[in-house]
Amino acid sequence: MTAPASPVLNPGAAAARATDAILRDTLHGTHRGVVVDSPPGAGKSTLVVRAALELASAGRPLMIIAQTNAQVDDLVLRLAEKDAELPVGRLHSSDTDPYDKALDDLPNVRKSTKAADLAGLDVVISTAAKWAHVKGVEPWRHAIVDEAYQMRSDALLAVAGLFERALFVGDPGQLDPFAIVGSEQWAGLSYDPSASAVTTLLAHNRELPQHRLPVSWRLPASAAPLVSSAFYPYTPFRSGTDHGDRRLAFAVPSDGSGADRVIDEAAGAGWGLLELPARHTPRTDPEAVRAVAQVVRRLLDRGGAATSERSEEPVPLTADRIAVGTAHRDQAASVRSALAALGVTDVVVDTANRLQGREYDVTVVLHPLSGRPDATAFHLETGRLCVLASRHRHACIVVCRAGVSELLDDHPSTEPVQLGVTVKFPDGWEANHAVLATLAEHRVAWRPSD
Amino acid sequence: MSLIATLSRLEAVRTGRAQAVATVRHRHLSERPLVLVPLTTAGEAGAPLGALVGTDRDAPRLLVVPQPRDRDLRFAFLAELADIVLPYVDAYAEVVEAAERSETDPESGKRVKVEVDLCADAPQLIVPSRTGIDFVRLLGRAMRFRRTAEQDPEAPHPAPPRVPLLGRWLTHFGERARVPGSSLLLALTDLLARHWATGQSSVEDQHLGALLAWIDPPGGESGDAAARRAELARDADGQLLCPPAGPATDPAFDNKLLAPAIERYDRARAALAASEDGLEADDRLGDLTAAEQEIRALVESRTRPTWDAVWRGLDLLRELPEGAHVADRWTRDRWSFTSHRDRISAGEPPQPRRDDAVTAANKLATREREQARLDAQEALDDPLVMAGRRLAGEAFAGEVTEVVMAYSEGRRPSPRPLVTVRTEDRPHLGERTKVYRSLGGKPQAAEFVGYDGPEGGDLLVLRIVDKMGRGKEPEEGSVPQKGDPVCFTLFEHDQRGGAKLPDPEETPWTHGGPPGEPDAVPLPEQPDPPTEEDTL
Repeated sequence: MTAPASPVLNPGAAAARATDAILRDTLHGTHRGVVVDSPPGAGKSTLVVRAALELASAGRPLMIIAQTNAQVDDLVLRLAEKDAELPVGRLHSSDTDPYDKALDDLPNVRKSTKAADLAGLDVVISTAAKWAHVKGVEPWRHAIVDEAYQMRSDALLAVAGLFERALFVGDPGQLDPFAIVGSEQWAGLSYDPSASAVTTLLAHNRELPQHRLPVSWRLPASAAPLVSSAFYPYTPFRSGTDHGDRRLAFAVPSDGSGADRVIDEAAGAGWGLLELPARHTPRTDPEAVRAVAQVVRRLLDRGGAATSERSEEPVPLTADRIAVGTAHRDQAASVRSALAALGVTDVVVDTANRLQGREYDVTVVLHPLSGRPDATAFHLETGRLCVLASRHRHACIVVCRAGVSELLDDHPSTEPVQLGVTVKFPDGWEANHAVLATLAEHRVAWRPSD
Repeated sequence: MSLIATLSRLEAVRTGRAQAVATVRHRHLSERPLVLVPLTTAGEAGAPLGALVGTDRDAPRLLVVPQPRDRDLRFAFLAELADIVLPYVDAYAEVVEAAERSETDPESGKRVKVEVDLCADAPQLIVPSRTGIDFVRLLGRAMRFRRTAEQDPEAPHPAPPRVPLLGRWLTHFGERARVPGSSLLLALTDLLARHWATGQSSVEDQHLGALLAWIDPPGGESGDAAARRAELARDADGQLLCPPAGPATDPAFDNKLLAPAIERYDRARAALAASEDGLEADDRLGDLTAAEQEIRALVESRTRPTWDAVWRGLDLLRELPEGAHVADRWTRDRWSFTSHRDRISAGEPPQPRRDDAVTAANKLATREREQARLDAQEALDDPLVMAGRRLAGEAFAGEVTEVVMAYSEGRRPSPRPLVTVRTEDRPHLGERTKVYRSLGGKPQAAEFVGYDGPEGGDLLVLRIVDKMGRGKEPEEGSVPQKGDPVCFTLFEHDQRGGAKLPDPEETPWTHGGPPGEPDAVPLPEQPDPPTEEDTL
């Protein structure tokens, strides 16, 4: 499984050493770019904020490129939290409600739709889509590109003229960017517009220094080895906490139902699989959706408390610390209405794409292959499963129909091999099997009467 | 596959007939399309065997390459093809109308309107199947870089005049076919599958004979049985009764009929070359002609059924009225055709082998925009398509039950009426989700405010936010009234243009710099870096 890069160092020291090397290359290196791979919960945002503050305090104004408005606003808030005096510019679109209203309370954050209004500020932040409209300005000497693996190559093409050098930060294991039309025509070209920005960057600039953050602070010791070996086979990482550092306990004992038994299994082992009888179903499988909702309801009802390194006292497991992840939007909508029927309205239910970068104590996942008659490339994409299986600090409960292993065996990958395209590891098929094998050890059968 | 598509297919299985999945025709059909039914040689990539081509369903032109490996015969075939396709294309290139286009003025840098020619109509190529489109692209690529004797007297195998030009046009048709909703080059199987759902898989739908058997089974037979016969039935000699639509041929045909015929042709040709006097040569020329005739008859026998099927499919499609936005999309095809015409007449070089970084990104952006536009327009044009979107939670239809006037806050209050809609649909709405309806062909936006009654119930409250004029009171007809049927979509009706990308000469360092610089060379072109194993 995972072999820590240096067994002598404790997680904190290992992470600090990696961060120092990254900052050294960013501030004093000679290369035009620095690439940082960050596994889930390894402190990517913290790194971005720290690099921005250090660049700014060294008198080097910079631009930050993130992918969504939510990510931009989050970064602005984190920057202000660390240094309320720092002059920050938030470049935004002219739509209604273009930014988080919380930004209005920050005196040193200037907001504008025009880059010219923000000239001279230490840090200017916006989305890649908005930056692409900025023309005719003096290029910034420095940039930070956040979530660079989720940025498409063509989006980088549109903004790369705005900066001289950049720090690219992202998680290679999460969902790849996608195009809604076929792009096979350009497969294998180094600048394939549908590829990720980092793929293109490294294809043309092989000499750039690449770093990675070695410690996940989010994933518990029960999850890091599996996520690392299944999704990051050649760039292992470890958990920042040890077995026993985190604990999930429930005040109300189990009533013996499938939902309660899987909750207890996950509380103890970090993983739980609630297995429904094998069956081909529509995407919004009513029985599975009901099971997901029931698990969430019981999580809330049983008075959970999470003990972790973050606080002395156990923290109550409230609705905002739980999330439900699905593959499709209609599944998320069905789960939402099933939850509403059980009186739960404040638990986040979303697709893998929208859960990227988020963190919860417990996640309940509807397995992407549950009830399917086939395994398509979409459902096999490693990033989708990786996102769903790596959002939690304590436990992850997967709800799934039986028979997914056989389904995988019936559908080996058949994607055509494209010349010039770097083969991505791990293969979705293999990663799915690895996750299933672990989940099988924590299986609880769902009975229709539950 | 969407839920409604699955349901339609199940319905087709149960009834034994393909089910309509569209009530209007979503693609433009020319009054005078050029149909091309090509065949290729097995085992020889890009070696055409023959084709039926033309605009008259009763009088197709048969083109045949009796020995597909013979480069001269292949050129002769391509020259003949050019003599049919190019006059057809030219006929459309000559008829123009005046149109306006906005361009960037090179001096002031401002966007200005300029008057330009726009071809009044455009040519349309129809091939039987999707692989036919790939074959058109392949022919285009094989021809457009050829040099004619006039261009380069030293070239070892000069192409006949006009063949490179045909290559450029076929390349353009092939590239345009990748733009969603375009109609310059269409595959009939795709067209039919867009409008009908069959009881077979989408892979089987690629078989034109089977697809037509489901849509229009002969004499009351079930589509299932007719499709099975079209796919599998063979005559006493083991030949398929319904030959595949090509360009690939059936192996039984290749082995039993074509290969022996080509061998006889080769022998006859060798014999003619070896003949010693005129009398003998006359005889052997007769043999050669007979051998060639035999191959021509074979090619015609495999293409003619497909040719007839293509026209039958077009007849079926023509029975559907054209969708409201189809003409709008065809105008884009006309612009595309006109601009390629202009590039050729300006003496520009043929399309490059590979797109540069900026061109590729621009093409992808255009196609994504066109895909979103097509999805929206098809739903707006066709209640059956909209029904699918409603079933997927991406739209909802219902009746207005209440309208309450309200105003925005601020110095100049504008109307923001609250409209309650009763619907049986279950749209995926969140707080302040934007929804759109079509008002006189233009999208009007509203925001979802909440449910009137229980969460997820059937009464939705919307706040209309635009298209009500500049005054304090909304303009007549701009706000729905109680009792009005309305249909709102969660998707936008039109697409905003994206940000302008840098010029190719300004390609940034992240993408290898401008084309022509060593770093800009696409990876497959560069040899792998030598490793220790490479040297002994």
